[in-house]
Amino acid sequence: MNTLVQYSYIVAAVLFIYGLKELGSPATARRGNFISAIGMLLAVVAGLLDQAIVDFQWIVLGIVIGAVIGGAAARMVQMTAMPEMVALFNGFGGMASLLVGWAAISNDAGTSTLITIILSILIGGVTFTGSMIAYGKLSERIGSGAVLFSGQQVVNSLIVLGILGGSVMFCLEPANHLWLYLVIALSLLFGVMAVIPIGGADMPVVISLLNSYSGLAACAAGFAVNNNILIVAGALVGASGIILTQIMCKAMNRSLANVLFSGFGSGKVETTKVEGEIKPISVQDAYYILEAASTIAIIPGYGMAVAQAQHVVKELAELLEKNGAEVSFGIHPVAGRMPGHMNVLLAEADVSYDQLLEMDEINPRMENVDVAIVIGANDVVNPAARESESSPIYGMPVINVDKARTVFVLKRSMASGFAGIENPLFYKDNTRMLFGDAKESIGGLVREFN
Amino acid sequence: MVPTEVFLTFILMLTIFLGFELINKVPATLHTPLMSGANAISGICLVGAFALAGTGHNDLHKWLAVAAVALATINVVGGYMVTDRMLAMFKKKGS
Repeated sequence: MNTLVQYSYIVAAVLFIYGLKELGSPATARRGNFISAIGMLLAVVAGLLDQAIVDFQWIVLGIVIGAVIGGAAARMVQMTAMPEMVALFNGFGGMASLLVGWAAISNDAGTSTLITIILSILIGGVTFTGSMIAYGKLSERIGSGAVLFSGQQVVNSLIVLGILGGSVMFCLEPANHLWLYLVIALSLLFGVMAVIPIGGADMPVVISLLNSYSGLAACAAGFAVNNNILIVAGALVGASGIILTQIMCKAMNRSLANVLFSGFGSGKVETTKVEGEIKPISVQDAYYILEAASTIAIIPGYGMAVAQAQHVVKELAELLEKNGAEVSFGIHPVAGRMPGHMNVLLAEADVSYDQLLEMDEINPRMENVDVAIVIGANDVVNPAARESESSPIYGMPVINVDKARTVFVLKRSMASGFAGIENPLFYKDNTRMLFGDAKESIGGLVREFN
Repeated sequence: MVPTEVFLTFILMLTIFLGFELINKVPATLHTPLMSGANAISGICLVGAFALAGTGHNDLHKWLAVAAVALATINVVGGYMVTDRMLAMFKKKGS
């Protein structure tokens, strides 16, 4: 029986791997996710055949409660709320690993098991509270800015020392529960401390990293309960999170350490002088220019998600195409609050994925673009990243909208963006500012076309 | 006999490299579904919680494990469903 369970785990692992492979292309991705879900089902059924289980009722109750909550949440969540949803699920995964580690403590556990148990608790705890803070910031339940205070580094170092000390003592004296509770409390606290200094615009990195932690926590739990499917699945997730983290950091030209510890954009005022003046434009004038344009690039950012403008953007794109223009979308890797955030929103609005161009594809074409429409994006189109060495984002690869013949920037007001960085784009000769709510402004353009 | 931990570590190392290879091929447009799909996979802790939740002893550890089952199931069911919902929206023109 036990051998059968182990073989089922192997098959489940193969299904996970194959499922992830199929996620490599939009055409097969849905099937890939389904295959991975079948793998999970198989692992769960095999897990239930474990002979150590004598009492099923509570397990079934747990599964039913979880399935109802998870299913309802997955159905009801709005696409614009996807980042916080992923953060929330991530947190639950972390908490589950913490609980599994805790429940796996027994009097006859050897030192190596105790080490993996404490790792599972530690990583799970950090993932849980870290994800909850990320959830709070993403859903704007708590301020999304970076929280910094003097002595933060010292406090964090003390917490880390406390965790290390507590973990060592736990492994030496597992019977003394004080150490266990100390490590649990400190790892929960550390999750909070690790995420509060990170501002909203850096969330794509944080959420990728937490994703990776939730996998590593599952891995550690796998070592704690000697279960290889946990290790395989956890390692796959861990690797995926690490890769996404790398991609996000590279897209911002910053090191992971800089993202995690610098409290970037915590309100420091920049002094570089920007020359030129702001030139606002009315919806009607914008319409005349768009009507005459033959190549148009749309660059969305987090503001499009906030304004829920993706559907009306799609409507505008269709009208422009009907008018004979060629329309493409330029997607910066860190536009939005999680990797691929803009792609999901535009997919929801039924924009074909071959119209979505990555930064490296759209930049070489920018000089031939008649009008670039920037919708709620700021730092990812800031030419200062290219031109001004004193800018905090100098060196970050950006979408070069300023090279287009005309640039429309849709923006609520002139208040500077998240990072508090001046954007010289707004002052360029070829830039026109279309002030107001993005959804209303674009709706206005759509009405002009009709 | 080589201890079990060595085998498990061996599996871990190979899987991490395999994971890097697999994920590197995922295009940027699918990063959000990738992340939520991976999230669902990390709910695998569920399986680890079973044996601990079904010991038949009515103690703290059992209830911890039952809570772990519920939380991990939220992750699994919610993760796969929401990923499917997203992927269903990714369409090419004319299809």
